[in-house]
Amino acid sequence: MAKESSFKNMVIVLGLICLICSALLALVYGVTEDPIADALVAKTNDAISKVLPEYDNMPGEESSVVEVNGKKYVVYTAKKGENVTGYAIESNAAGFGGEIKLMVGFDAASGEIYNVYVISHNETPGLGAKIGDNSPNNFKEQFRGFNPAEKVLRVHQEGGDVDAITASTITSKAFTSAVSTAYDVFITLKGDDADAVTSATSAKTNIGGGNNE
Amino acid sequence: MSKLRIITNGIIKENPTFALVLGMCPTLGTTTSALNGFGMGVATMFVLFMSNIVISAVARFIPNKVRIPSYIVIISTFVTIVQLLMQAYLPSLYETLGLFIPLIVVNCIVLGRAEAFANKNSVLDSACDGLGIGLGFTLSLTVIGLVREILGNGSAFGLKFITGDGVLAFVLAPGAFIVLGYLMVLFNKFVAKKE
Repeated sequence: MAKESSFKNMVIVLGLICLICSALLALVYGVTEDPIADALVAKTNDAISKVLPEYDNMPGEESSVVEVNGKKYVVYTAKKGENVTGYAIESNAAGFGGEIKLMVGFDAASGEIYNVYVISHNETPGLGAKIGDNSPNNFKEQFRGFNPAEKVLRVHQEGGDVDAITASTITSKAFTSAVSTAYDVFITLKGDDADAVTSATSAKTNIGGGNNE
Repeated sequence: MSKLRIITNGIIKENPTFALVLGMCPTLGTTTSALNGFGMGVATMFVLFMSNIVISAVARFIPNKVRIPSYIVIISTFVTIVQLLMQAYLPSLYETLGLFIPLIVVNCIVLGRAEAFANKNSVLDSACDGLGIGLGFTLSLTVIGLVREILGNGSAFGLKFITGDGVLAFVLAPGAFIVLGYLMVLFNKFVAKKE
């Protein structure tokens, strides 16, 4: 069984174990580094394809960075031919158990939310984690076809049009605010496009008034 | 002891959750649904199995005073390897279980079995013990998760059989204690009768 301890053998054995373990970890890390990065890219592409309407380009490779209120957001643009059909916007908010990361897709023509995809979250399993739920009548289903220009992107308790998850108001609010941030980015984007064509309407007035060009 | 006895010992007589009452933190925290409990159990079983084998093989070279830090290093190495492999090759499973995997390092069952069994027994016996205790842990967590999911969410293994919510308290922390307590009573009653 266990050996007598002396200073020398304690240092040697513990040092040796740590050395072997770190070498092993370095090896596994080296082997898995690329597959992990690939899995992440695949996931992003999957998220993009789920939240965008029809397109024939590669939105995953056409990303741009948009700055709104001092924060930077990654936007993927979907095109069909020369026309922009939609935008997928990566957005986040602080939830109950950590950051909630969403991919929010907008229909460029109607301004409606096409779909929302949950990239990652740390919400309580069984409660807030329902935001990632894919069963029928799930929480994020209500955002499909939601037009933030007509309805209010806030939960019922705050006078909005979003049904919160029972017992998970903080999570629901965070989710909704992330969607609403994405909408601000979308409006800015549309504003920029309008600027390019007419250079008349500024992004600022667009946020206040919706699509009133 | 025969190998089979060692395995069944971990499931019934030394069931980590209901008899030894070890590793309560992950038990209470992760059993919000049957699948979560099952996933945590399987991940723990794998680490327990591997760490028991390695520790029983190297235990006689480790000086007594540094054995605990040595075991912890070995266990956390396995946990990290499991995490990396899962992230790379099973990303969808990692999504559901990723949160719980680092918790295995601090699960006292793993260290407890290294201390109480693996460092005194042969490699083969320790492997059986890891398997048995791991199975016992998986079964207990799945049952607790199933009961909480049925009562709290009206679903079993993710399949909903009522519309709307159940008794939400059972998904929250207090429900975990209540379900664990009642299941422990039932388990011990059943085991006592058998003996």
